[in-house]
Amino acid sequence: MTRYAMVIDTKTCIGCGDCVVACKTENKVPDGLNRDWIVELTRGTYPRLETEFRSERCNHCSNPTCVTLCPTGASHLWNQTNIVLVDADKCTGCKACIAACPYDARLVMHPDGYVDKCTFCHHRVEQGLDPACVSSCPTRCMHFGSLDDPGSSVSELLQTRKYKVLNPETGNEPNVYYLT
Amino acid sequence: MKRREFIKLSSLLSAGAVASPGFLLGGCAAKPLPGTGKVTTTPTICDMCFWKCAGTVYKEDDELWKITGNVDDLHCGGRLCTRGTGGPGAYLDPDRLKTPLMRKTIDGRQLFVEVSWDEALDFVAGKMKSIAEKHGPEKLLMLNHGAGSSHFRHLLRAYGSDSHAEPAFAQCRGPRDVGFNLTVGESASSPERTDMAHARCIVLIGSHIGENLHNGQVQTLTEALNSGATLITVDPRFSVPAGKSKHWLPIRPGTDLALLLSWMHVLIEEDLYDRDYVERYTFGLEQLREHVRSYTPEWVYLETGIKPGVIRETAREMAKAAPATVVHPGRHATWYGDDTQRSRAVAMLNVLLGSWNRKGGFYKPEKVKLPDYPLPEYPKPKLRTRDAYPGKWPFAPQGVTNGVIEASVGEDAFFKGWLVYGTNLPQTIPNITNTLEAAANSLELVVVVETMPSEMTGYADVILPECTYLERYDELRNSGERHPSLALRMPAFEPKYDSKPGWWIAKQLGHRLGLHKYFPWEDFSEKLDWQLRQVGSSLEEMQKIGVKNFPRKTPMYFHEGEPVRFRTPSRKIELYSQQLADKGFDPMPVYTPPEPVPRGFYRLNYGRMPAHTFGKTTNNPLLYQLAPENQIWVNPLVASEWQLENGDYVRLGSPNGVVSNRVRVRVTERIGPDSVFMAHGFGHRSKRLRLTAGVGADDSSLMHNIKVDPIMGGTGMRANFVTFVKEGEAGAAS
Amino acid sequence: MKEELLVTARSNELIDPGLHIWTWEVAMYLFLGGLTAGIMIFAAYVTLARKDDEAPFAATQLALLAPIALSLGMTTLFLDLEHKLFVFRFYTAFEPTSPMSWGAWILLLIYPVTTLQILATLRRGFPVVVPYVDRWSIPRAVIDWCENHRRQIALVAVPSGIALGIYTGILLSAFSARPFWNSGVLGPLFLISGLSTAAALVALVSREKREKEMFTRLDLVLISAELALVGLFLISLATGTAKHIEALQSITGGPYTMVFWVLFVGIGLLVPLLLEMLEMRGVGKSLALLAPVLVLIGGYALRQVMIDVGQDSTWTRYPSQYSAEMLERMEPN
Repeated sequence: MTRYAMVIDTKTCIGCGDCVVACKTENKVPDGLNRDWIVELTRGTYPRLETEFRSERCNHCSNPTCVTLCPTGASHLWNQTNIVLVDADKCTGCKACIAACPYDARLVMHPDGYVDKCTFCHHRVEQGLDPACVSSCPTRCMHFGSLDDPGSSVSELLQTRKYKVLNPETGNEPNVYYLT
Repeated sequence: MKRREFIKLSSLLSAGAVASPGFLLGGCAAKPLPGTGKVTTTPTICDMCFWKCAGTVYKEDDELWKITGNVDDLHCGGRLCTRGTGGPGAYLDPDRLKTPLMRKTIDGRQLFVEVSWDEALDFVAGKMKSIAEKHGPEKLLMLNHGAGSSHFRHLLRAYGSDSHAEPAFAQCRGPRDVGFNLTVGESASSPERTDMAHARCIVLIGSHIGENLHNGQVQTLTEALNSGATLITVDPRFSVPAGKSKHWLPIRPGTDLALLLSWMHVLIEEDLYDRDYVERYTFGLEQLREHVRSYTPEWVYLETGIKPGVIRETAREMAKAAPATVVHPGRHATWYGDDTQRSRAVAMLNVLLGSWNRKGGFYKPEKVKLPDYPLPEYPKPKLRTRDAYPGKWPFAPQGVTNGVIEASVGEDAFFKGWLVYGTNLPQTIPNITNTLEAAANSLELVVVVETMPSEMTGYADVILPECTYLERYDELRNSGERHPSLALRMPAFEPKYDSKPGWWIAKQLGHRLGLHKYFPWEDFSEKLDWQLRQVGSSLEEMQKIGVKNFPRKTPMYFHEGEPVRFRTPSRKIELYSQQLADKGFDPMPVYTPPEPVPRGFYRLNYGRMPAHTFGKTTNNPLLYQLAPENQIWVNPLVASEWQLENGDYVRLGSPNGVVSNRVRVRVTERIGPDSVFMAHGFGHRSKRLRLTAGVGADDSSLMHNIKVDPIMGGTGMRANFVTFVKEGEAGAAS
Repeated sequence: MKEELLVTARSNELIDPGLHIWTWEVAMYLFLGGLTAGIMIFAAYVTLARKDDEAPFAATQLALLAPIALSLGMTTLFLDLEHKLFVFRFYTAFEPTSPMSWGAWILLLIYPVTTLQILATLRRGFPVVVPYVDRWSIPRAVIDWCENHRRQIALVAVPSGIALGIYTGILLSAFSARPFWNSGVLGPLFLISGLSTAAALVALVSREKREKEMFTRLDLVLISAELALVGLFLISLATGTAKHIEALQSITGGPYTMVFWVLFVGIGLLVPLLLEMLEMRGVGKSLALLAPVLVLIGGYALRQVMIDVGQDSTWTRYPSQYSAEMLERMEPN
């Protein structure tokens, strides 16, 4: 099983939202819905401050509770990877997976009603391309690749830089990493 | 009755039922997978801002899919910014201008009425003829912004008028370019010629790279950060780059020039400046030494609030990295009215560091030598733009918007007609509404060429709907860069609705004015093809590749000890400026303390939001969804004093009684207690901008204290103060 | 000061500004599912305990209410689905890690079991139908068979009912992403609550005094057990991680405090407990109908409170710097 990861450098991310728009156009995400978003964190008191920008999305967890709790198999792992997809033709819209995601990364597509989410642009990954968000980022703060390949940029960054994941206590083992 | 009522474009005769703005993207589901249909591509040059990145338009089954950066393009490094990626929204926006509109009075009411192109063009050409006959063609003024301006500049020059002005000068980068020109004999260019990719130290003064998304600047700044360069950011607000900086200097607003002079003081006193460079290339070191002697870090600390130790330490860091140090020239430089002088100080600081035209500092941009299409010479105008405001602003090399607008008011005004292209003056020129209305009432012709029903269109006699950049040819892009390159904008689609390309509109007007010989092409692409063939390419080739890079013919930097003749009167870099002294200005920048903040008021700090290019993109449905409204940033201390909470809506009031639209409060430590901050470009009044109308507040209309730069006419906008006018409750936008 | 907020506008349906995927439909389903479980178990209990005489309603008629309640519940569940045409997908897969998948198949099992329960006492419970069903040989034979195997059917009904009752709780507790639900007590709690509501239903509907008393007594025990489980549930949250404690705060001073303590614990448990105790001692007979009604209300309130508070408890909560109303301009009319 190939383990894909996204590594995002909060030291250079400027929170511009290009990733959000790139995802919307690439994946034709309907108006009003988003598969990714930006969080800004500020700590301190003026003028002793620090900020962090994070581009967030589905974490394509190694222990995806959304997949284990799906009653129909609609939520599944793509092609023996950790990429979590939803098969719209199997989805009943019961929303169990939405409740199961500690990152609130799933959404209901209007007007159809099936559940949708970030796909890590598997249709691009299949062609050897980076996800649309990664390839649009003007600061190049986003990286994508396989953690099984020790030479990949994501593996190297995780070996050489300090990093964190969101809410590791969930036990979901998320695969979007933030360099700090 | 007024000759021209401002029409909010909400009273269109044929308005009828208006479709919902929803479902622009067709409500497309993720199935089938994107890219599985028939995919075709065409090159473009992005028009979402002035940076002009080259990109590729993707269509899937003839529907617009996405726009990405052209990998061969130096402007964008293969990556478009947020707005560029949101480009499809410009094409898909259902609020676009769809058909020519003419102001008509029906039953005593002024209304815009849909008319044919023939009627609209005949009317405009008729008025242009009458202005030329009655007053002379120079009395027709062009106000413009953007790449498509060139077609109408060409038209007006053929017609006999060279009168024009753009807000990009007097409301933006004018003082910077004039300041650099006065000092080093060249401007900082656009794209800025900063060599940040190789810099080891970068200093930003009130420049918010990362909040503005000047693409190449963002990318090279990040490259520098990744390679360990030191970033020093001077900003009263904890801006995005401040958060990435080794040194953030939270300066007291309005005291930047004192800091710059103190840095020069340290470099000279501690002998840290580039002695060889300064001796070889500059004039006036001794005068400067004398001039900055009194600007000790200890004295400047009292003005700026920046500790003397920090001033010294940062000056030493700059010197250590020099000449690979960029003291960034910034872009929007119209702050306090002494902006040319402050920009000169920035240039001088770079010169002391020896970074001008040195690796890691600034590079020498090079363009392609692209021949002009052979056309007859333009008639020589008898009057220049500056004749509209004689004696004012001697160092303005181009038209000053605020000057020409004032010269358009009244029956005996200098200008008699306006052609406005792509610029929304009510939101661009500070505190202009009344003057604009007065001008509109006395002008004989106001024609606006636009893609969107901006506020400016409300003042027009005739609105000519241009198609978007995705539906037209424009001039080749040939801007100076690290390497010469050409880029092509071509239509990916037929013009939507009854909109037309700018070149077509200009040509149609030209023909009606009997100027056929200036418009010999059937299609504008013929002109582009001719030009491309002169440099060994062709339209056919460019339609495939979009961007063509050419080898440099000149070195990118000064080589060691190279003799240089600078384009200044002394042929040297002028630390001391005799030409300024001759016109009665300070030959070296002198610091003036800023006006104090009146009690109960806060400094109005304004800036950019990465999702938007001023007010031009706020109605773009893709970008609206990303950033629908602006916020007013309020320090927690101020918030508690005014009992404001996150998410409250307030109005802002200026000392002269202007009250803004409601704006959402963001309580944040990122702004100090003496200021508030908001992004520019919101608070639209035009109701036909259905997404953005009435959303957020407009900073421009709150400005009451404009500090005009006597050197070049720029409108300094940072000396404005606002207070809170509390709203009863939070809730939906009005 | 720590400021953490969304700086790109986001308005994903059912997620923003907070999770709100399930409303009354699911609460009603969980309530009716629990009630069905209780009905099945009590109908089986009186059979196994040979209390036909003491509890004639429970013995002969109660079972008929099981498929009715369950069908109503499944109807509200269906109403909740967003992709309704694909409801059949529950039955084209069995996902062993998903309580919902288990539930879907358990529901399938419940129908035949309750049908057998009904048939086993059909002739006694509903004598009017006898002439009709006995007219044909096959129904006659089936009913004969059921009557002869009444105890065996009851032996199957008890575990089926327990499975159904527990599943409605485990369904929620399996969501580790919702700290408030993430407690092992939820399964037993929902089962006991289901039994309690079923007992209350019998006490309410039965016309036999002895039967009413018997089920009131049973309900007293069940309500006491339920109170104990609620206590355990609160303790399990209070001794959990920071997120569990944060989740607990929404009912200990937070926005759901009143609903939880007054509506569920007070009106749904303590008041009927008191009323039933008084009734047992012969006091307040005039209020005899009130207690079971309150128990039924409490049973629903438990599910509704759980659904609401659980969705509100989260690992991820970002306020937005944009007003939620802004994106409404994008929505299709």
